[in-house]
Amino acid sequence: MAKVLMKGNEAVGAAAIKAGCKYFFGYPITPQNEVPEYMSKELPKIGGSFVQAESEVAAINMVYGAAGAGVRVMTSSSSPGIALKQEGISYIAGAELPCVIVNMMRGGPGLGSIQSSQSDYFQATRGGGNGDYRTLVYAPANVQELVDYTMKAFDMADYYRNPVLVLGDGMIGQMMEPIEFKETEKMDLPEKDWATTGTKGARKPNIVNSLRLQAPELEALNQKIEAKYMEMEEKEVIYESYKLEDAEIVFVAYGTVSRITKNAIDLLEQEGIKAGLIRPITLWPFPNKAFAEIPATAKALMSVEMSQGGQMIDDVKIANEGRLPIGFYGRSGGMVPAPQAIVEAAKELLGGVK
Amino acid sequence: MLNEKVVCAGFGGQGVMSMGKLLTYAGMIEDKQVSWLPSYGPEMRGGTANCAVMVSDTLIGSPIIEKDATTVIAMNLPSLIKFEEELVPGGKLFINSSLIERKAQRDDIEVYYVPANEIAVSLGTGKAANMVMLGAYLEVTKTVKSETVIEAFKKVFGPTKAHLVPLNENALLKGAEAVK
Repeated sequence: MAKVLMKGNEAVGAAAIKAGCKYFFGYPITPQNEVPEYMSKELPKIGGSFVQAESEVAAINMVYGAAGAGVRVMTSSSSPGIALKQEGISYIAGAELPCVIVNMMRGGPGLGSIQSSQSDYFQATRGGGNGDYRTLVYAPANVQELVDYTMKAFDMADYYRNPVLVLGDGMIGQMMEPIEFKETEKMDLPEKDWATTGTKGARKPNIVNSLRLQAPELEALNQKIEAKYMEMEEKEVIYESYKLEDAEIVFVAYGTVSRITKNAIDLLEQEGIKAGLIRPITLWPFPNKAFAEIPATAKALMSVEMSQGGQMIDDVKIANEGRLPIGFYGRSGGMVPAPQAIVEAAKELLGGVK
Repeated sequence: MLNEKVVCAGFGGQGVMSMGKLLTYAGMIEDKQVSWLPSYGPEMRGGTANCAVMVSDTLIGSPIIEKDATTVIAMNLPSLIKFEEELVPGGKLFINSSLIERKAQRDDIEVYYVPANEIAVSLGTGKAANMVMLGAYLEVTKTVKSETVIEAFKKVFGPTKAHLVPLNENALLKGAEAVK
């Protein structure tokens, strides 16, 4: 298929529809407004429904309802809006329902700014909702990946019966890049025999609920859900390793920042310093196994994030298992790290460990 | 090796976003690596708009331009003031001299003065000033062919705007002539 030039936010919508999403519930917030705009225009054409809810809380609960009826459904928002959806996400995970949630991150805390940020890493990977639940988190670095992983997210959500999060930022949502809608292999997915579609008098009613008042019953559910998370950790980890061979310093960066870090790696190379990159594509499950590829030449790791002080760095510490010193460079509030600033931070870190 | 980092800037309505979009689209048609990043900050509401366009032979890392623009196209004075300093030494600055009386401040860059609005008005509409500037830019840098920009125009704006194709072709041509 020919390439088309699309804005990230519109590409998410197009990818969702291509993946069979017919229902979208949302509430406007910059910098992701083109997602609901696109869905409001396109879903009626294919017999789907778009509802602009009265709030983010209402939108996620509409998603809960639609997911319970067994249809492919999505919502999108940006940081503070996603914060409001956390309760619903926990309920959806507890009721074992599939859905896709897109977060185009902006600066925080609070209402923050409308510019790009990566300060929702904790929210995405730890979750702001209650209980023992996880969401699979994809962090695309360009608009093509945004398309590919949005489509994959629907399959994964159905396969695991769990919410899947696509984590972008204002920049990837707003920028245009060429994309291609590739024909992907259809995943073999089980029938949704749990969906509340009406018994027609022919079967026992299905019940969608996250309330389990009997302790042994809830523990059994948690064990079942935990088994799914263990399967995800085993099977769903995706990452890219870039120029790791002979690297003196290994950066860890995801999404938009990973692109900028690649520029920094080129600049360091020109100065004779070998640097590599581990780019987590799934933030949860985190690619711990990527850290086994780090060569003996490496003297230090550096987490680079659009966050003040860093959030992913906690996972880098876990994956590193105390082996190498870990540095950090980040900007926040909508400020974006410049390649040269990453270079300087890397040199300072290397100078300190030599 | 092609590695163009272009800032298109002006006030809302001058078509700077479209100019950037057409350049990006044309780059894609010619199988180059491209990206288009708009400014979407609060400044948009104040009236100025800009976008950063990359057209490259190699994979694009950061889509942001920060003191490394190879070209700046300034359609109005605030844009010139804001973006002249973003150019690398030897970079190219295109100034819409119809609306900007000031000269460039730097002497380590190449400067082209194009009376884009006057040329566009002589073609029938001032609205084509952006295409005049794009024509001038393409004549100097040869980033993509102007025919490819027209092909991109047809794809982006579709059959309802097909009657504007000759005007836009003309605007590209006249812009090119202005810097020959």
